[in-house]
Amino acid sequence: METSLLEIKTEPLMTPPEFKLKKQPSVLRIKDLNVYAGNHHILKNVNLEIPKNKITVLLGPSGCGKTTLLKSINKLTDLYNELKVSGQIYIEKDDILNTNKNIPLIRQKMGLLSQKPYPLPISIYKNVAYGIKLKGVRDKKLIEYNVEKKLREVGLWNEVKDRLHNSADSLSIGQQQRLCLARGLAVKPRIILADEPTSSLDPVSSKIIENLFRELKKYYTIILVTHILRQAQRLADNVIFMNYGEIIEQGNPDDVFNNPTTSKMKEYMIEGN
Amino acid sequence: MNKRKKAEENIFRILTGFASYSLIAILGLIILIIFIKGYNALSLDMIIKTPKGGYYYGGEGGVLNAIVGSLYIAFGATFIAILVGMPAALYINVHLVSKRRTQNMIRYFLDALWGIPSIVYGAFGFTLMLFLGMNASLLAGIITVALLITPIVIRTFDEVLSTIPKGLYEASLALGSTRTEMAFKVMFKQGFSGFITAVLLAFGRGIGDAASVLFTAGYTDLIPTNLDEPAATLPLAIFFQLGSPIPEVRERAYASAAILTVIILIVSLTARGLSKKYSKSNLK
Repeated sequence: METSLLEIKTEPLMTPPEFKLKKQPSVLRIKDLNVYAGNHHILKNVNLEIPKNKITVLLGPSGCGKTTLLKSINKLTDLYNELKVSGQIYIEKDDILNTNKNIPLIRQKMGLLSQKPYPLPISIYKNVAYGIKLKGVRDKKLIEYNVEKKLREVGLWNEVKDRLHNSADSLSIGQQQRLCLARGLAVKPRIILADEPTSSLDPVSSKIIENLFRELKKYYTIILVTHILRQAQRLADNVIFMNYGEIIEQGNPDDVFNNPTTSKMKEYMIEGN
Repeated sequence: MNKRKKAEENIFRILTGFASYSLIAILGLIILIIFIKGYNALSLDMIIKTPKGGYYYGGEGGVLNAIVGSLYIAFGATFIAILVGMPAALYINVHLVSKRRTQNMIRYFLDALWGIPSIVYGAFGFTLMLFLGMNASLLAGIITVALLITPIVIRTFDEVLSTIPKGLYEASLALGSTRTEMAFKVMFKQGFSGFITAVLLAFGRGIGDAASVLFTAGYTDLIPTNLDEPAATLPLAIFFQLGSPIPEVRERAYASAAILTVIILIVSLTARGLSKKYSKSNLK
């Protein structure tokens, strides 16, 4: 089933980004972000802007702070008492780190796709409906319509339409990841935060996810954390390279990948290739 | 594999196997002895009749009063334990998830409460009963047994909740769920099989405990119709009958023990079945 879907998606693997980064309106802006875990300085003075409707790839070696940066953006750092976060994170005009606004509503502006899919312990249908209901929708027909719509958006509808009420756990890991994406899209986010979403998937499922991202960037801003250089090269419209909690290089992929300015990035390019 | 390693493997396999199978053998032996010793006294009358005059000297009747009393106390106490235990376990795992030190402290106290002998709960329940001006009654028994089994419900359910992957919390919160929505719609569902196990484990402990109800529930040959009436329990029925010098009455003690064992086995098998059924849809 997944292979046939793969055949439908025939975009070229390399997407040449032809945009000028500075002219893109930014949907997310981070200013002087610092994250500490006790004495350990995890994120050091991070400043960045994320362009709208583009795929921004956060690249860097393991432990460089990519996932912490992602968790800071949707305030999941609140779950870790040992983490101290300071700075500003603006989503449009709101500084979400220093606001009294409802945190669940802030989080709904961002869909999270984690390394390993975490479907809720309910049926496939209810997983997607869960997100829709959180938005306050109670009309059964509207929920049904949206469940189908979101499952179609992630190319899962044809594979699950006859077993919507089966447990989400019955799906393959690749299908589970797409279900989680559909569930995240159901809350109508503006940004998709993807934390190494293909790391637990086989190559076929990974390719499906990558193709989906290329489609979804028309409607959403995507921040993709990866340490796979080739994946970054295939998908990135904007690249941010991190090392030891610092952003050491950022820009459009042509510049960053073809003319790296830092020795660490050069080294990473050589190792990655 | 060299000879020494092979010998080590065999010794380890034999010792661990012996430990496991000997426990099964002991359980089998307990059930066998109880049934053999109580076989002659087991009858339908024993289950459907209350004690008549002189029952404890070999007269007619049964232990229906103790069966019903035990079920009343166990159900009542389990109900209270669920009311207190379920929110407490969710609180530890939802609101204290980022406060590891407080979490550990609460768990330590709950473990200590679990370890307190039931006679201490009985004495505490008795003091509480006198303080509140109550008589030995069904209600006093329910409260005391509830105190005894609530830590069991909390810690058993808590253990299951604590194994839920943090990624599932994060996935749920990232969707914009509040912590309450996450607790009931995600965590409770994921941990439901563990919750059933916790409840039935507590029920089994509650129905089988004698010391906690010794001073608090009292004992009567009648089936209680009110919370303020005394209630007989199976463990106490066994205790009283086993102390009798009359062999027929001692046989009845074993028959009562057999009835209690069957109830606990039914509860245990139900727990296993339900737990298996509800864990099917869980995230692995």
